[in-house]
Amino acid sequence: MNRRHALKWLTGSAAGAATAPIIAAPGATEPAPPAFPARFTFHDPDFSKPITGPWERLLTESELSTTKVLADIILPKDEHGPAASEIGVHDFINEWISAPYPDQREDCEVVRGGLAWINTESFRRFAKPFAELSHEQQISIIDEIAAVDAKPEHAIGAAFFKEFRHLCLGGYYTHSSTWQQLGYVGNISVGGPYPGVPQEIIEKLGLQDVA
Amino acid sequence: MPILTDRKTKPQYDVIVVGSGAGGGMAAMILALNGVKVLMVEAGRNYDPVTETPMFHTPQMAPLRGHATPDRFFGYYDATVDGGWQVPGEPYTNKPGTEGDFWWWRARMLGGRTNHWGRISLRFGEFDFKPKSRDGLGVDWPMTYADMAPWYDRVEQLIGVYGENCGVANAPDSSPGVLLPTPKPRLGELMAKKAGKKLGVPVVGARRAVLSAPLDWQRLPKVLFPNNPKAQEIIGKDMMTRSPCFWATHCVRGCSIRANFQSTTVLLPPALATGNLDIITDAMVREVMMDASGKATGVHYIDKKTRRDMAVKARVVIVAGGACETARILLNSKSRDQAGLANSSGQVGKNLMDSVGTSLGSHIPAMEDLPPFNEDGAGGLHVYSPWWLANDHAKLNFPRGYHIEMGGGRQMPEVKTFSYLQNTSPGVYGSKLKEDARRYYGASFSFSGRGEMVPNKDCYCELDPEVVDQWGIPVLRFHWKWSDHEINQATHMQNTFAEMLEAMGGKAKPLHGRDAIKRPGEIIHEVGPARMGDKADNSVTNQYCQTWDVKNLFLMDGSVLPSNPDKNPTLTILALAWRSCEWLMEEMKRGNV
Repeated sequence: MNRRHALKWLTGSAAGAATAPIIAAPGATEPAPPAFPARFTFHDPDFSKPITGPWERLLTESELSTTKVLADIILPKDEHGPAASEIGVHDFINEWISAPYPDQREDCEVVRGGLAWINTESFRRFAKPFAELSHEQQISIIDEIAAVDAKPEHAIGAAFFKEFRHLCLGGYYTHSSTWQQLGYVGNISVGGPYPGVPQEIIEKLGLQDVA
Repeated sequence: MPILTDRKTKPQYDVIVVGSGAGGGMAAMILALNGVKVLMVEAGRNYDPVTETPMFHTPQMAPLRGHATPDRFFGYYDATVDGGWQVPGEPYTNKPGTEGDFWWWRARMLGGRTNHWGRISLRFGEFDFKPKSRDGLGVDWPMTYADMAPWYDRVEQLIGVYGENCGVANAPDSSPGVLLPTPKPRLGELMAKKAGKKLGVPVVGARRAVLSAPLDWQRLPKVLFPNNPKAQEIIGKDMMTRSPCFWATHCVRGCSIRANFQSTTVLLPPALATGNLDIITDAMVREVMMDASGKATGVHYIDKKTRRDMAVKARVVIVAGGACETARILLNSKSRDQAGLANSSGQVGKNLMDSVGTSLGSHIPAMEDLPPFNEDGAGGLHVYSPWWLANDHAKLNFPRGYHIEMGGGRQMPEVKTFSYLQNTSPGVYGSKLKEDARRYYGASFSFSGRGEMVPNKDCYCELDPEVVDQWGIPVLRFHWKWSDHEINQATHMQNTFAEMLEAMGGKAKPLHGRDAIKRPGEIIHEVGPARMGDKADNSVTNQYCQTWDVKNLFLMDGSVLPSNPDKNPTLTILALAWRSCEWLMEEMKRGNV
């Protein structure tokens, strides 16, 4: 992780950090973060205020528009729910790959490299960036990198597609507007005793003897 | 409700309590209900679960959709504020030569770790109090289960625990009428029950400090506080205003309706209602102060807001800062002895234990593609497996045992909930991907073990001679080494979990214990660095948490546990604190303290 990038957001209001002395160095313990003297957003969050990661976003406008088009191909608007971009999946992906943590730094390399690869492939074939291709042209590229038996020359694109799809799913189904369709019907208060598993499911799975 | 606005302190108190978690909260409440003037000193900030808990908040309101990060290890909505594996400006170190780096979780907030814990409340059993007598390892406790049983009954009735008397050896029953009803099992839990039947692993109602029904506020106060009308009135009112669980939002977030147990929702409000308790937060205790006669006179702390050294005085000092923080305070109290306070036995900092932890999960095809139903439940497990081989150790290659926790199914979606689609649906996109997501959602389940570690000479904490924190207080450094006991137990867990998952129709590859075992400290059950015993030469306190060396100094947290049974320690810390405070008040009346 870029140390300056990390420090910038970790310390929040920089004034407090500059004046408070750091007497001790952190020890050899592995988990992050290092011991900064100032409170910052994630150590003492105000849960009443919805926020996104307070770090700088890395994707350029054109990378973000490619992300948006791809996310909508992977999770389009249909009878099962909204398109990915309607609920901000592209913004989530931008937030995710810009985050200063080790896992997200790895994903960043895969995603940014893959977005560039897709555009290069698009130029090579159609002399246009991916976002400006016709739907059929876009699908022709996607089908090659989504294929389980992707050709060796599409290996970069295939690795990207796998990871990118994973992030799309994560961003899509962590938005509450998709839950009904997914089949998550919790996060509501229920009066009285917990109702348990519906009888039809108990019978379907043959669990009568333990229910 | 709390919480505190006034940071004023009086010149003199009867008792100072350092720490506001399970031990400190219970001690302060019991003493205050009995008219003792108490000052509580808490290192963290003021915290009010009623207004600060993110109860129904959805992932899209959180950074990275609430995903766990090194900053927010248990996800963004974990109740722990101002704390974690690292606390800004308050480092700890690991000693060269340690086999594994110790992870030290600290919650710098009112109520400490009780705000986010799993609420799993298992009694230690008769074997647990006499481990050395059974297998020759470690040490026995200075009391028996029979001594502790009534105190477990009291604590369970006070805080509200759902559970089932299961009759398994060393998993003691509660007295009739003490437990609240266990919520019905969820789908994966029912399947585990069926798998357990086949494999001989009991799966019974879990015991958790969550109100599955309202507390009997008219009857319980009279049972718990006979001959104390004021306590009855205060506790009755408080119990009446605690709501039962409404089967939504995970307990790790805390609970604004006070359905589960937190020190800040169950202990501190009635304690404050007595008018006998003052609390100061943001007060980092440096050491216990002593007089020339060898009595504790109070504590020396750093006021974090002003960075000034402060002192407060009392007749009795109770340290309950969390096991390792308590050891640190004793080791830093060098006014009389360079070895640290109450350390004539040399045991302070020694015998550090955590729980053995591993987990294993898999996809369960039978749970696929079912009609939706609400599986949020009690925000934690409804069933568990107590250790079922307590009398079969001759056949095993490790002593002691573990219990099994479990979970899965249709929980609130997280960023990585859909990883299994990488296997089931490679290359799929578009509407078909949404259909697959719906089909496979909720069809995974996992088991976690929590096992007993045997204390050993290589696991300890001590002062780092070279490092201080930002308050100028010398920090702890840790040293750790698992023994074969723990590794073999971890392997056994993995094999058992794999058998259970396979009996449920899943596929799982068990790991070797050495690869599966969680990090030292990671289970956050660290206990033992100031153990109790029946002799002053090999223990730090007697069975009432009173230090052998200083008669008016008590330790009332996990530091005093001489062994770390597979049962999560919080319930026992609560029971010990209550029992010890009753004894302390008798000693004060008799003039011995």
